[in-house]
Amino acid sequence: MNRHTLFGGAYALAFFAFLFGPLVIMATTAFNSSRFPRVAPWECFTTGWFGELFGNARLMEGLMNSVIIGVGVVALAVPIGLAGALALSELPAKLRSMLYTVLILPILIPGVVLGISTIVLWGQITRGTGAGFLYNGYFLTIVGQITFVSAYAMLVFIARLQRFDATQTEAALDLGATPGQAFRKILLPFMAPAIGSAAFITLLASFENYNTTVFTVLSESTFTTALASKVRHGTDPSLSALAVIIITLTLVGALTNEAYQRRKEAEAGGRASRSPLYANPVTRALTHPGIVFAILVTVIGGITYAGSQYDSSVCEAAVLQEKLDRQEELRAEQRERIEAQEAEQGVTVPKPDSAFGGAFGGVGTPAAPAAPKPESPSAFGGAFGGITAPEVDE
Amino acid sequence: MPDQTPDRSVLLDHVSIRFGNFTAVDNANLKINSGEFFSFLGPSGCGKTTMLRCISGFSEPTEGKVLIGGKDMAGVGPNKRPTALIFQHLALFPLMTVAENIAFPLEVRGVSKKERRKKADELLEMIALPGIGDKKPGELSGGQKQRVAIARALAVEPDILLLDEPLSALDLKLRQHMRTELRAIQKQVGVTFIYITHDQGEALTMSDRVAVMSRGVIEQVGEPDRIYNRPRSAFVASFVGENNALQGVIKGQSGDLAALETPMGTFEARVGGGRKYKAGDAALLFVRPEQLIPGATENAFHATLTRQEFEGAANHVFAKAGDSELRISMVNAGLAGSLPGQGESLSLGFAPMNGTILPVGHMASDS
Repeated sequence: MNRHTLFGGAYALAFFAFLFGPLVIMATTAFNSSRFPRVAPWECFTTGWFGELFGNARLMEGLMNSVIIGVGVVALAVPIGLAGALALSELPAKLRSMLYTVLILPILIPGVVLGISTIVLWGQITRGTGAGFLYNGYFLTIVGQITFVSAYAMLVFIARLQRFDATQTEAALDLGATPGQAFRKILLPFMAPAIGSAAFITLLASFENYNTTVFTVLSESTFTTALASKVRHGTDPSLSALAVIIITLTLVGALTNEAYQRRKEAEAGGRASRSPLYANPVTRALTHPGIVFAILVTVIGGITYAGSQYDSSVCEAAVLQEKLDRQEELRAEQRERIEAQEAEQGVTVPKPDSAFGGAFGGVGTPAAPAAPKPESPSAFGGAFGGITAPEVDE
Repeated sequence: MPDQTPDRSVLLDHVSIRFGNFTAVDNANLKINSGEFFSFLGPSGCGKTTMLRCISGFSEPTEGKVLIGGKDMAGVGPNKRPTALIFQHLALFPLMTVAENIAFPLEVRGVSKKERRKKADELLEMIALPGIGDKKPGELSGGQKQRVAIARALAVEPDILLLDEPLSALDLKLRQHMRTELRAIQKQVGVTFIYITHDQGEALTMSDRVAVMSRGVIEQVGEPDRIYNRPRSAFVASFVGENNALQGVIKGQSGDLAALETPMGTFEARVGGGRKYKAGDAALLFVRPEQLIPGATENAFHATLTRQEFEGAANHVFAKAGDSELRISMVNAGLAGSLPGQGESLSLGFAPMNGTILPVGHMASDS
């Protein structure tokens, strides 16, 4: 191994640590029973945070709202984006660049501005026309998000359209197709992959949007806004559990897609017939994207079931007990220290429970009972207890 | 039978097509006969593709009328015209199989799936490619794609088949083979073929008649041999085939023949296009390289050989006479023959009927 490979390896390691380190740490904290998300000190392995996550009514309701809004946004933004891209491709160059700028503008405008302007505009419209039922979080969020999400979709479609050979449409027309038939049978099949990716991108953009949504959603909440407010009020590892779920879904999607792409490539490139992997019926079936997906889902399902059966309460109780014991230990140590101190100074107060308890107790109650109170719970309890000692003691 | 065949003629009635200030086609006026193999020949940018798009219905003429089968096509869209167009890059649908491609015209007309498949198989049989119906166009070779495109266009059962330089992407051997094949298919189906090309070899070998176009103007229409042997303008003479041009002044004309005074001497030659010249008119004399014969006595002159290019069957010899360079084509007589060496003096001549005198005009190299 020479110095170059050593350096390269170290660099790659550092690079991936930087990229994935936070994800790994966060995923790990989801399984630590500590109330604060952390890896060290490790307390107990637990799957309880997942239950806590699903038990959070506000988050789950937000998730449902996000799905409704996401579906609405996809259903509207994708056709709008496609129409925009088609319109741009038909225009003369000068007009096109101008319209392009106009259509892209919503992406550049801060989401906050879009959110506020959506409320203001639709507030005016719904009040003016008496369509007050439209003034709700779902509708406003969908129209508010569409203003910029459809521009994302349009960018995807423009990229695909640039590779479209316009003579294909002309050929279809020449062969007797109506413009509608040419669109459905020639252009749409060509655009199908782009429609898929545009739908995916718009769904994600809608799901994760905060800046605009936080205004337009009014009194409702989406998953993202619910999450944000939860974080504001103090975080706990159930958010890490959420991260684990999202990472898992992404990995399953990515692996299945990779299997699909590889198979397609192998079949297109003619490698499939030569590869031993494809010659054997078992391995051929195993590398099929559908089977890969099924295997992943089965494994994850199994892990989820096993996790749901896992009970960490014994361990957690033990940890709690350990903590209490440790607390007690510390307290005892402290007491000993104080006693030793007093003995040194020759103070006459007999066996005070605490550092201050004795001092004030001595002042307030000259007739303090001689009996020690070892069950006093805290260091300060004695101090103030000492002041009002007569009632407490009786 | 002749009475039952439909009228598959195309009439261009004073057609002009303009884009803003640019005139793409200027006053085209011609009739393409039913069942004819007709070619538009011209350099790129001469307006031939515009003409084709106008016949197929993708654009409307600015002036004049297009009549197909005697019917005015104004306002009739490309999907309603009895024409089928084969695009330069074929425009096969890559996502469909070959059979689906061929049956597409039937699909959009609502023909049942079973019948579509049957028709597609029939057409594949016709283009001698049976059994490739389930392949994708991407898996075919260039020549196969070509024939599939023809089959798809014929599935429409068009009266007119329009072809926009469909052979330009093929290599030389395949191109020559496809010429023969196209011609055979045309004879078989009896459809009027209108063929667009800048390749004169294609136009001359396949066509019944050729229209030579330049700068939006149809310069000459006629049978291939007439186009080659009896050019009517300087452009046609210089664009179709190789030609030697000599500038001169008319000394006199008698009937079909005229005398032209050039720096190399006075030559007698045929007058192109039956024109009349006065003495003193400027004119051009065109003589084909293969019609300049060494040792000929008529119109004889001397030239000095400057260089040679060997091309198998023929030798292209370049010679200087006066201040103009001439191109002479000599048949390769094999080892038995002999060729003049460089710097040698040659005596050349040509028959008066083989020289053509034409008015001064723009030439192929100008455009």
